[in-house]
Amino acid sequence: MSRIVTKEFLSENVVKLELEAPLIAKKRKAGHFVIVKIGKEGERIPLTISQANPDKGTITLIIQRVGVTSHKLSMMNEGDEVTDLVGPLGHATKIENVGTVLCAGGGVGIAPLLPIVEAMHDAGNRIITVLAARNRELLILEKEIRAHSDEVIIMTDDGSYGTKGLVTNGMEEVINREKVNLAITIGPAIMMKFTSMLTKKYSIPTIASLNSIMVDGTGMCGACRVSVGGKTKFVCVDGPEFDAHEVDFDELLMRLGAYKEQEIEAYSRYLEVIKNR
Amino acid sequence: MSGFDAEYLKSRREAEWRVNLRKGIKAKERTNIERLKMPEVDPLERAKGHMEVNNGLTKEMAIVEAQRCLDCVNPTCISGCPVGINIPEFIKHIEAGNFLDAARTLKETNALPAVCGRVCPQEAQCEKSCFYTEKLGKKPVAIGNLERFAADFERDTGNAYVPEINEKNGIKVAVIGSGPAGLSAAKDLAGFGYNVTVFEALHELGGVLKYGIPEFRLPNEIVDFEIDNLKKMGVKFIKNFVVGKTASFDDLKQEGFEAFFVGSGAGLPNFMNIPGENYIGVLSSNEYLTRVNLMGAAKPEYDTPVVHGKNVAVIGGGNTAMDSVRTAKRLGAKRAMIVYRRSFEEMPARLEELHHAREEGIEFLNLNNPVKYLADKNGHVNKMVLQKMELGEPDASGRRRPVPVEGSEYEVEVDQVIVSIGVSPNPLIPQSLPGLKMSKWGTIEVDSDTMQSSVPELFAGGDIVRGGATVILAMGDGRKAAAGMHAYIKSKTKPGN
Repeated sequence: MSRIVTKEFLSENVVKLELEAPLIAKKRKAGHFVIVKIGKEGERIPLTISQANPDKGTITLIIQRVGVTSHKLSMMNEGDEVTDLVGPLGHATKIENVGTVLCAGGGVGIAPLLPIVEAMHDAGNRIITVLAARNRELLILEKEIRAHSDEVIIMTDDGSYGTKGLVTNGMEEVINREKVNLAITIGPAIMMKFTSMLTKKYSIPTIASLNSIMVDGTGMCGACRVSVGGKTKFVCVDGPEFDAHEVDFDELLMRLGAYKEQEIEAYSRYLEVIKNR
Repeated sequence: MSGFDAEYLKSRREAEWRVNLRKGIKAKERTNIERLKMPEVDPLERAKGHMEVNNGLTKEMAIVEAQRCLDCVNPTCISGCPVGINIPEFIKHIEAGNFLDAARTLKETNALPAVCGRVCPQEAQCEKSCFYTEKLGKKPVAIGNLERFAADFERDTGNAYVPEINEKNGIKVAVIGSGPAGLSAAKDLAGFGYNVTVFEALHELGGVLKYGIPEFRLPNEIVDFEIDNLKKMGVKFIKNFVVGKTASFDDLKQEGFEAFFVGSGAGLPNFMNIPGENYIGVLSSNEYLTRVNLMGAAKPEYDTPVVHGKNVAVIGGGNTAMDSVRTAKRLGAKRAMIVYRRSFEEMPARLEELHHAREEGIEFLNLNNPVKYLADKNGHVNKMVLQKMELGEPDASGRRRPVPVEGSEYEVEVDQVIVSIGVSPNPLIPQSLPGLKMSKWGTIEVDSDTMQSSVPELFAGGDIVRGGATVILAMGDGRKAAAGMHAYIKSKTKPGN
């Protein structure tokens, strides 16, 4: 059981939960994730730890409402308890001083990007972060990212904030302007595919943090498998970060749709139930 | 491994009640009784739901079956039991109608009798070394069915016997993993007087007994009942805790844990690495069974999804493959097929499981091997390409090696493929202990008598050592390791050391 200490909506469909988890808060490093399950009938879903406060014994998760479990989480309140929380899982990000790091965060992917930006900045790197969202309302964690970046470029699809355009436009501008030693990309799979194609063109080593379907999150089921450099890897125990240029993003995109039908059906059923409550 | 020495067994055999019982019926009459058949639910009926296949023996049946046992001077059956149950004693208690005493006898050495009575391959262990099998050429005493009967009888009374424990010694030990190896070690360690804490990574206790073995073979409530019994012995359980991640071994040592038993299992599914294996609808048996068994995916009120395949192929011939294919049948598959590269003779699954699977209408595509999968435009698997095989010379395992028949490829329509070709050891524990000596297969290397690893305070057993074996062998390891840990801690705390 993990109690929700604070709750805040970052946008209409994105919620930030601070959870009591003293052991995880102490062990967690940038890049780690947890598995969350609500209630006896709940499913296990992976969520990247966005922030942690070891003194207070809390971790922060940022959740976008996309299905039954994320919606259930968004409906929980301060003082409520999450039934099952386990972690920290996966390999931590390799933090080292490489020079200039170009970070790209798309949508809710900005949440897992934050701890990496923070750690890379603390390691002495020059950090340029490109944040992308559909519009101004959907952009999250700008202030926190700014606190750990030397420069922040904002891109929106509709131009309601920052520059109108795609994340890759913002990145390419930086690449054309100065030497970039490493790129980090986190966001929807389609965005990571295109950012990765861009940095490959310029031969910039790039890391992508993948968010695949998981059940146990400890290597047991293989639901999270992904092809990296032609070899099958498990995101949970081999990742979640991989050399982006070696990841088969088309396969990842395909596999993310494995339970699409069931998920859509279950979510509409769930929305119907809560509407009638 | 036998739990008792020969002298003790002999003295138990000479107890008055057993002498009298032996005299009651002539050996000739005993051997003339036919082995009873376990009553089963009709195959067509049971394949519709998840009810248990076997119904269990009635009291009357159990007594008759127990009468078959000759209470041999030299009970060879015990040497066939990995946890060394005093088999003749428990069977004679049943013959005498003292069913609760039978259950007590089981629990002297076995932490999970109701589980073992259901899933042990008795035909390859105790029943194989029964006097009937070895010397009379007859069907062995149904030791497994009797074990199940005694354990179930005790559970149904609602008043289970809690094994006695030595005086608490105040020493903390940790067990990592709540599967059969861990539970078995925890029971013995608690009995020796230790403060035992079991750490489980998942949200449920029981390990493979919960996520792997389906309810129609082993109902979850039976596993929970046996675990409750360990709780009554004082064993503490902590769920959602990954040792090596949530806390390191060093953290736990600082918390006062003096020795560790690792029974973390072989939780990494193997794949064949053939084209199309990552298409949607191709999944490991671990994933499929975990969704259905642990996560309740087949029940409407549970959130975890599972695809109810219509044409389901399960690749492999082991018990897990049988569990998967029979689950697929229960989830409504029109065709539920086993694809196995050898023949029935070489199949590693238990005979009982094979027999049940055939009764339930499972198709067997033996001497076939998948070479690739094909998919529709959305990446959903829709065909498998099989290659025919024939048997050649025996290989290192003694089984005849399957050889592909060139040009024999053909396609079979499928919408779900469950790959069940074995597991590799879970890497989480080794990753977190760089000094630990591992084999080239990724298993932990241990002394085969004490189960002690290269890290003196760390012992291990079950699939993390064996790489993929049975519940009962894991339990035997747990017992050996508990004894090894006990000896290690005693030697460490001896004055003068």
